[in-house]
Amino acid sequence: MSEFLTALGDYAFLQTALLAGLLASVGCGVIGTFVVVKRIAFMAGGIAHSVLGGMGAALYFGLDPFAGALVAAILSALLIGAVRLAWKTQEDTMIGALWAIGMAIGVLFIAKTPGYASDLMSFLFGNILLVPTRELWLMAGLDLVLILTVALFYRQFLAVTFDEEFARLRGVPVTFFYLLLLCLVAVTVVLLIQVVGLILVIALLTLPAAIAGHYVRSLGVMMLVATLLGGLFTSLGLALSFGPDLPAGPTMILLAGGVYLASALLSHRLARHRALRRVTAA
Amino acid sequence: MPSNQSLSPVIRVEDVGFSYGDALVLEHVDLAIEPGEFVGLVGPNAGGKSTLLKLILGLLEPQTGRIRVLDQAPRQAARRIGYVPQFPSFPRDFPIHVEDVVAMGRLGIGPRFGWYRAADRQAARRALDEVAASDLARRPIGKLSGGQLQRVLLARALVGEPRILILDEPTANIDQRAEDDVFDLLAELNRRLTILLVSHDIAFISEYVSRVACLNRTLTCHGTTAIDGDTIQRLYGGHVRQVAHRH
Repeated sequence: MSEFLTALGDYAFLQTALLAGLLASVGCGVIGTFVVVKRIAFMAGGIAHSVLGGMGAALYFGLDPFAGALVAAILSALLIGAVRLAWKTQEDTMIGALWAIGMAIGVLFIAKTPGYASDLMSFLFGNILLVPTRELWLMAGLDLVLILTVALFYRQFLAVTFDEEFARLRGVPVTFFYLLLLCLVAVTVVLLIQVVGLILVIALLTLPAAIAGHYVRSLGVMMLVATLLGGLFTSLGLALSFGPDLPAGPTMILLAGGVYLASALLSHRLARHRALRRVTAA
Repeated sequence: MPSNQSLSPVIRVEDVGFSYGDALVLEHVDLAIEPGEFVGLVGPNAGGKSTLLKLILGLLEPQTGRIRVLDQAPRQAARRIGYVPQFPSFPRDFPIHVEDVVAMGRLGIGPRFGWYRAADRQAARRALDEVAASDLARRPIGKLSGGQLQRVLLARALVGEPRILILDEPTANIDQRAEDDVFDLLAELNRRLTILLVSHDIAFISEYVSRVACLNRTLTCHGTTAIDGDTIQRLYGGHVRQVAHRH
């Protein structure tokens, strides 16, 4: 750990990596909270994986994979959202199909792109140490978009995630805000892919918010706690992986996953303890 | 009946038919509810009661016939209706406390952007006060009993200052005493609101409502005094124990 702190002072790429992790955790806190309370983790997973199609296409045509990922993520968010709204009966199968189709397209493009085959691993598992400095600005910009959108329409997002039917009765354009929320999920996914890659995105998107959800009783506080936890997991994961030269992404995810499991057990215990105390006090 | 309101029906259902796919749920339904009425809509399970409410609220569109609410299309009028659903359509573990749930009934009033204003919070407090649930304001929504939740949902319906109150089986999940309280409260609210209430318990609600409408795919309307053994038998197929009315 101290080795990491010394290196952090010396190497600009480590500072960039640390900042990238912190910037990504804003998305995972704010949007991850919606994903958890609205129970759309599977849809978020579908969006994340079909992003490979956009990245692969961007590589093949010599464009910026980051831009390709963003376009693919938004497209697949709208497609998956439309499926959910129009196709209620076989929603999960349909999302699973889009998930796989997106990945297959990506793999084909990457296979046909000369010299880039090794990049597949870094798309799938991310490499926070390779985030270019200019992408930090892009990440900060996306964070700003997320925060502003959620702040402006907080009541509408709250109503649509809490009770769609009631929101509709109050004149909230539910379909619009539902699709907008999925687009914000898409933006967050692209942010997080930089850090942990598209396979592990879903963990960083849901685990910090789920841990926060064990203890807090309001959506705003849940977002704040989840953001702090996200920052903790990415920073600590980066630090722990540095000494033994482990890949940073999986280290962060193992950390988040471990804390989540421990927290789930703890909150379960606490609930039982409270119930027991209530009964014996009566 | 308040005299300053127009005397045209606040809810007018004309020859409405509706089916979910092949399953015909409603046919030739005619219903007019006058301002200030307290109408109880009764009928057997799967008789189409909740479907009719959803049509009046504009959540569903009828395949045939026409519905007008406050002289508007249902979807336009929905904001001036307070609706209390039978089953809360939200997860009970959602991290939100009672006051914020009630404040949601203020959506569509005031500016579109930002967080709730002080006026919304005051309205939420007043609504909770009216249903005698002020003490629950800071309670998480998941930690309420059935009766408490019913009051909170009623407060959420009232906070938007509706002209009509629509309730779907408001007493299905609560005990007898809480049920009496809810109906006393509704009788009080009926002084300023038109109320349409769905129930499967024909005997109980007829003590409170000004008129009962009986729905089993199609509709027949009665004053409370007109409910006799024949009506009940036609509606439920004769399996209902006859209850004498005290009116």
